[in-house]
This record gives sequence, C-alpha cells and structure tokens, in this order.
Amino acid sequence: MLYFSRWKATAILVGTLLVCLCAVPNFFPDSVVDKWPKWAQRHVVLGLDLQGGSHILLEVDSNAVRREKVETLRDDVRRVLRDARIGYTGLTGRGDTVDVRIREAGDVPQALTKLRELSQPLGGILGGSGQRSIDITDQGNGLIRLTVTQAAMTERIRQSVEQSIQIIERRVNELGTVEPSIQRQGIDRILVQVPGLQDPSRLKDLLGKTAKLTFRLVDMTADAAEAAQTGRVPPDSELLYEGRGGQRVPILVEKRIMVSGEDLTDAQPGFDQRTSEPIVSFRFNTSGGRRFAQTTQENVGRPFAIVLDNEVISAPVIREPILGGSGQISGNFTVESANDLAILLRAGALPAPLTIVEERTVGAGLGQDSIEKGKIAAYVGSGLVVVYILATYGMLGLFANVAVAINVAMIFGVLSMLNATLTLPGIAGIVLTVGMAVDANVLIYERMREEARGGRSAINAIDAGFARALSTILDANITTLIAAVVLFFLGSGPVRGFALTLIIGIFTTVFTAFTLSRLIVSFWVRMTRPAAVPI
Amino acid sequence: MKLLRLVPDDTNLPFMKWRRITFPLSGALSLLAVVLFFTVGLNFGIDFRGGTLVEIQARNGAAADLADIRSKLTALDLGEVQLQRFGAPSDVLIRLAQQPGGDEAQQAAVRKVRETLGDGYDYRRVEVVGPRVSGELVQNGVLGMLVAIFGILIYLWFRFEWEFAVGATIATLHDVVLTIGFYSITQIDFDLSSVAAVLTIMGFSVNDTVVIYDRIREMLRRYKKMPLDQLLDLAMNSTLSRTAITSTTVILSLLGMFFFGPEAIQSFVQAMLFGAVVGVYSSAFIAAPLLIYFGLRTRPLAEGSEEESGAPRGAKART
Repeated sequence: MLYFSRWKATAILVGTLLVCLCAVPNFFPDSVVDKWPKWAQRHVVLGLDLQGGSHILLEVDSNAVRREKVETLRDDVRRVLRDARIGYTGLTGRGDTVDVRIREAGDVPQALTKLRELSQPLGGILGGSGQRSIDITDQGNGLIRLTVTQAAMTERIRQSVEQSIQIIERRVNELGTVEPSIQRQGIDRILVQVPGLQDPSRLKDLLGKTAKLTFRLVDMTADAAEAAQTGRVPPDSELLYEGRGGQRVPILVEKRIMVSGEDLTDAQPGFDQRTSEPIVSFRFNTSGGRRFAQTTQENVGRPFAIVLDNEVISAPVIREPILGGSGQISGNFTVESANDLAILLRAGALPAPLTIVEERTVGAGLGQDSIEKGKIAAYVGSGLVVVYILATYGMLGLFANVAVAINVAMIFGVLSMLNATLTLPGIAGIVLTVGMAVDANVLIYERMREEARGGRSAINAIDAGFARALSTILDANITTLIAAVVLFFLGSGPVRGFALTLIIGIFTTVFTAFTLSRLIVSFWVRMTRPAAVPI
Repeated sequence: MKLLRLVPDDTNLPFMKWRRITFPLSGALSLLAVVLFFTVGLNFGIDFRGGTLVEIQARNGAAADLADIRSKLTALDLGEVQLQRFGAPSDVLIRLAQQPGGDEAQQAAVRKVRETLGDGYDYRRVEVVGPRVSGELVQNGVLGMLVAIFGILIYLWFRFEWEFAVGATIATLHDVVLTIGFYSITQIDFDLSSVAAVLTIMGFSVNDTVVIYDRIREMLRRYKKMPLDQLLDLAMNSTLSRTAITSTTVILSLLGMFFFGPEAIQSFVQAMLFGAVVGVYSSAFIAAPLLIYFGLRTRPLAEGSEEESGAPRGAKART
C-alpha cells in the first residue's frame, strides 16, 4: 500500500493541485477576475442568505388557465355549430367540460363529425402518445360532452409558464438589478431570485400584475352608480371601478374591446406638457392604430376607458379622432408608478395571473453578519480540531491536518468548477466535512496502532493500517453519501446547498484518504524509516 | 512527546452485558419521545406550518422595545403574533401565523407590519411560506427520511448481511425518534434545516455503525469459534478509540458553530450536537448487541479474505 510509482505520485499531486487551483478566483475581487479568460473565471457564488437578496416563488394560477381553456372551447363549439347551421339549445362550460344539446336528433352525427375537428393530436408530428386534446362523447338525448384531456391541460399550463417566464424576464431586467435568475420549478411554478435586492415590494408589484390592458368604450346607456347599487348591469357591459383620490368610482364599461395591450409596440413614461403630471405614452402597431382611429372617429364626444387588470385607470372623453397611432395615459401617476406601468406594458401581459407562494428576503446586513460569524465559527471549529489531532497523533497528526486542509481547498475548487452557490447551510456542510475527513485519517491511524500492537513491524503495520482501513472508509462514506444524495434531490433551496457541499466533501474525503494521505505517509516512511509506529 | 489518548490500550468494556440496561433504557426513551411527539408536539417553523417570519433589528444598535412592538402588532389583528429576541438585544424575530385568505393575505400582512413598525428598524430577513408550499415541504421532508433509511438498508444488505442491515436500520430509527423527542422537549423550531439535521444525524449514526459492523464482520471471519457476545465485545473495544476520537472532532467542530456561528444555524447545530452523542451511543449499545438476537452464527457468512482465519493472534493479546 505504501509503494507509489513515480508517475502515479506525480499524477496524484498534479491532480490535487489542479483542483485546488480552481478555487483561486474566489480570492480575487470580481473586477480582477473579469479580465481573466472565460475558463478561469468560474467561482463560487454566494447564496442569497449570504449576500442578501430576494427569493420569490410564483405559481401560475392553473385554475385560471383551465377556465380560459374551457371558455375558448365553448366559443369554438358555438362557432362550429353556427357555421354548420346546426341548432342547439344549452351550451355550458363547467370544470374541464363543455356540454351542448343539439336541438334535432338527426343533426347529432353531423355535429359530432364537425366537433371532432376541434380535437387535435397532442405532441406535434412525432407525438407517439396517440392522445388528443379533447374527448368528445355522445351522452344520448342529443347531449354532446367535450372534455379537455388532462394531457392538453398540462400542455397548456406548461405553455403558460413558459410565456410567463419570458415576460417576467423582461420585467425584472427592466429593474436593472444584477444577475436575476428566473427558473421554472415543477409544473406550474417559477422561481425568481434577485441578489442584492433590499426591499422586494416593487419587484412583487411588478410580478403580481397580469398587466392586461384594454381600451374600451364606456357604456352611457345606464347609470353606473345605480348599477352598482342594484346590481343590474346591461348584458354587454360590466361594472368596473376607477380609483380616484382614494375613492372607488363605479364605471360601466362595454365588454367589447376596441384595442388591447397586445397591439402596443412601445410604452414610455413621460410628463404631460401642460400639467407636467407623470404620464405613460404609448404607440400602437399598424392594425391596432387603424382600429383605434376608426373607433375614436365614430365616437367623438363619448368617454372611453383604459382598463388594466379589471381596474379603470382613467376614462377620458374622446375630443377628436386619434389618428396617429399613439396616445398617452394619464391618471394619478407618480413618477415611479408611471415608470412601472410603462415597464409592464412593454413586457406584455401574463397569460394567467401569478401568485406569490413563497418569499424569502435577506438584507445585506444580515448576510454580511452571517459570513463574518460563519468564518469565525469555521476558524474556531477547525482550529480546535487541528490542535486536538496534533495532540493525539503528533507527527502523523500534522499529516492528517495537511490532508484535511487540502481536502477543504479541493471542496472549494470543485464548488468553483461547478459555479455552485455557497449558502449558510453549505458552510455548515463544509465544517462537518472537516469532521468526516478527520475521521478517515483516524480510522487509518487507529488501525496502524492496532496492527503494531498485534506484533507487526512498523512498516508492515502502517501498510496494513491503510489496507484495512480503506474498505471501512469506503463503506462509511457511501452510507453518508446516500443520505446526502436524498437530501439533495428532495431538499429545497438552502438545504440543497448543504447537501451539495456534503456530497462533494465525501468524494474529496475518500480521494484524499486513498491517495494523498497515503502518499504523504509513504514519503515520510521513505525519509525516516521509522522503527516503530509513532502513535 | 506525550500524546493524548482518550481510550487506554487495554480497555475492555463489557458492552454486551450492558445491553440489559441500555435496551430497556433506549426503549423507555424512545417511548417517551413518541409520547412527547404526540402530546407536546414539534414546534413547527413556518416552513411546515406556513406563515410569516420577519427578523428586525433596531437601528443604531438600540435595544428593541418588545412591549411596544407587541402592542403595535396586536392592534393589526393578524392572528397569533410571536415575538422572540434573536441573538443581540436589538434583534427581534416576529412570527405571524398563516393568514386566512390564501397567499395574497400573507403578502398583505407583511406590508402591514412594515408600515406599522416604520423606519426605526432594519428588515434583516422576511420569509413568507404559503399553505401549499408548506404542505409540499412536509411531504418532501418525510419522504426524504424514508427514502434515505430505505437506501441505507439496501446498501447494507448488499454489502453485509441482512442482519446487519436490520440492525443498522433499527439503530438509525432509534436516533431519529430520539432526535424528534429532543425537538419536542426543547421546542426548538422544526424547519427545513431540522430535516437536514435529522438526515445528517442519520448519516453519521450509520457511518459509525458501519465502522463497527465492518470490524465485526472481519472478526467473524477470523475467529470462527469465539462466542458471539465475546466477539462483539472485542470488536467494540478495538474500535472504541476511533469512535472516541472521531466523535470528539465532530463535536469540537460543532462547538465552534455553537458558540460563534450565526444565529440562523443554531437550531441545526444544537440538534446535530445531540445527534452526534446519540449516534455514537446507538452504534455501540443498540446496533452491535442487536446482532446477538438475529442468530448471526447459525449460518455461514459470505466467504471473504480468510488468510488469517487460522491465527487468532490479536485475540490472546487483547482478551
């Protein structure tokens, strides 16, 4: 066990050195590292709990997505039956299904054929699943039931999440923060992490708004205040509210949409030239501009409402046709809220509302404190261990300490190579690894001592000590590895950081025990030719 | 140089005899832990219960006025409000229960707290966990522990014999149960990092058990005629020094974190300290003696390296 060929010893030393060198970029400030070649820049990233920042987990409102999908299906059914001139009586959408009752029994087969055209195979051309987007069944008595399949719903939710991520990216990037990270999590969740953000309330405002903007005419045929009291609203209108000086003023707005936010090409914050109030100016695309021009031309003198997420922002009267394809929104804005609205309009509307299901924000001060205290704890803990091992094993203890120190350097090297995130629990993981790495050496040395007491010569005992201890070290570490791997895959956030350092630590521990510790001792044996095991 | 030695070379403790004390003791403690778990229960943190946690620090290092904060927050009518000093006198931890009305209500509660307490405080940490997320975290936590135990069981079964796998599993479960009991008694917050602590304790405990089992297996091959309890004692005593040294180093590194580490990992460290002790105890007094009851000697063990089976060299020296 103690013999190393020259090339093998060199390979071990060079390999160890290379891994340790990977940790080097961590010791230089970012400004210096940025000038290095790309491959040398990889370094450990501090977690949000150490550098401060916001971690926000959003969930796409899948019920809204479902509702919308079923509503679209209901509209499709209506269109198909109308086009085919098939009479129907009831048409209802509930849960995942749409029910329609065909008036003439003889029309049912034709209706089924037509409606089946709505159902599409899932998964594109290569979709081998054979599943379709809608199940259509004849319930008898002229009743046809269309059910959106689970697969189609999941696919729709997936698309919504993808779209939401793109829109969120645009919104968050406008905030001008450093390296925000936006990832999908699970089926319907999005994780937004913004380092360095102290007060996430603005971010949350930006994330929480669907930002569905519509321009619609105000319904003047009925009195809004009366409708609000009696609840009697004309069928083609809906009752919305405008926040005006702390009060909520009811306004009846037509359901028909003149132009929507999708037709915007640009939105910028600015100031009204006359009143110098903050405003948002916008520009429509060609088709939107044309529609807006046409409607305003036909409705001069009537008010129209600018509606954002079912809230009226303002309802100005059309004084003259707006033909230029651009306009401005005013309405009790502050400079910041005008700016935010412009951001939201530029980024586009979310396909479905998002809710914040988890938030963790750490201030930079706490993060800094944690780093300081974590460092002190690590120094004190490691210091105690180093002294204790020296007191127990003397010279061999020194070797063990060197091996453990290199082990820790290698952990940082590997973490850097992975561009991994170091969290507070991660530091705890490293400190614990120090304990485990020491254990590997303890196992070896204790075994040497035993073998020596059993009557072996020093060299023989040292050799046997390594040979016997290594299988134990392997077994012991693999069992811990199992727990760590489980922790990594099932844990979330900070716990994963802990598991990651533990996993890396286990590998470097086994590596150093099998190679480096052995190499150091073999050098020492060759140099000193000990007559007895010195422990 | 005189070297430190925790365990003298000629130590020969009758571990197997002590099982008449340790088995009932462990049984009683485990029972107590289970009873405590069902009566007192764990003090679940917001990770599992949902709710809001806000860590504030009075500006300019002034001591935080708990009574003032309490009266202000109680007036907000946010349900149960818990206040706790956190480390320094200027630091306070505010816990709000899950607000009725879903995820948006949680966010609204945080906004209210911020508005009410005003500028006198720094908001060092805000954590809001909604009801659905907390439910999933519970599931994942429990699932994690089960999968880990099962994985370790399978590994030991392949690597050793089924008796060892069962013994290690029982010892590990024993540690988990006692750790849960520890959380129930101390009422330390049980949160995500506690799950990490329990899993790490499991890892360490099995680690320790495996080292002893490894030695037992080796001795079973070497001393085929030795009575089992004597052999187990021998294996225990020959690994005792290592056990003592390793647990000392683990405890030393934990003590560093206990006394100097940041407040946020204290619950983790305290549980780990407890677990480090229990893990060593269970390996020696539960895992090893259990093997006696499994009739380990009644069938031949898998053949291994037997070159020394004929020469019980160490046996005479030690016993």
